[in-house]
Amino acid sequence: MELDGNAIAGTMMGVFGHEMTTEFGTCASCGARSMVGEFRVYLRAPGEVARCRQCGSVVMVFVEARGVTCVDLRGLAALDPA
Amino acid sequence: MERAALPRGLTWQLGSVVELVDETPRTKSIALELPVWPGHRAGQHVDVRLTAEDGYQAQRSYAIASAPEDDHVVLTVERLDDGEVSPYLVDELRPGDQLELRGPLGGYFVWDASLGGPLLLLAGGSGVVPLRAILRHHRVVESTVPARLLYWARALDDVIYRDELMANVFGDSVDIRFTLTGEQPEGWRGWERWTDMELLQEVTWPPRERPLVYVCGPTPFVEKATISLIALGHEPGRVLHVAFGPTGV
Repeated sequence: MELDGNAIAGTMMGVFGHEMTTEFGTCASCGARSMVGEFRVYLRAPGEVARCRQCGSVVMVFVEARGVTCVDLRGLAALDPA
Repeated sequence: MERAALPRGLTWQLGSVVELVDETPRTKSIALELPVWPGHRAGQHVDVRLTAEDGYQAQRSYAIASAPEDDHVVLTVERLDDGEVSPYLVDELRPGDQLELRGPLGGYFVWDASLGGPLLLLAGGSGVVPLRAILRHHRVVESTVPARLLYWARALDDVIYRDELMANVFGDSVDIRFTLTGEQPEGWRGWERWTDMELLQEVTWPPRERPLVYVCGPTPFVEKATISLIALGHEPGRVLHVAFGPTGV
């Protein structure tokens, strides 16, 4: 089931401490810059996975284990406010 | 060192169910009393978490159906037959029960009067929920921004907030239209077509008027509408969208 970045607004607020869906992420694979709310998001993967809308590369992964959220942002070249 | 305050949207809290309203045979509105509510913006959502006796937890996002000015925070939930959370919320929840949630969440799909318009709202099925919050807010603040809602549903029985929308309680500046692609009641005067490019062209303001567009519904509905609107010449930055998976007709 494919959703968008709005579906992980709560997770991201937990990790970053503020509203993230209106920030901009740059894909490390193709360089596309888009609003985090527009990433393609899959919740049924192990954890929550966000992919670039342009090229489909994984840009963010959040996995919660025993109350600790593990975050992988290697798919992002940059993450910045609008 | 002082401990930084947690962002309020992050904290899980228990709300009490004060009222349940049947909207359609598979959809219910849940009015909640919340101990701590910082106020929301029309279009935002919350995360709801259920915990089973064995500790297993399931969490889903639901749009807020009420205007920021309404007395209670209201969620409208559609039962998905294979769902983990929605069957409980629609069939089992009773007034007085408690529900764990966090929010409000989302800063992207929101509208308030300062954003102006004209305002085009495109709803697919239960995607109407956050758009109804926007319409209620529009009414409360007596906005004169022209607004138009196009609501796609399978049949009239599936139309959520049917009385409110059919009677158009939102005032003269709001225009409400329906397209029913499954079955239509006798004498139906609305559309029966998919929300394709032609229908969107008919319903939208021309791109030069720079309408602010909110699209919410199942993923295929949202993607097609968004692509069509951009192909028609609308600015991508003014076409806001939220998708909630491939449910629908």
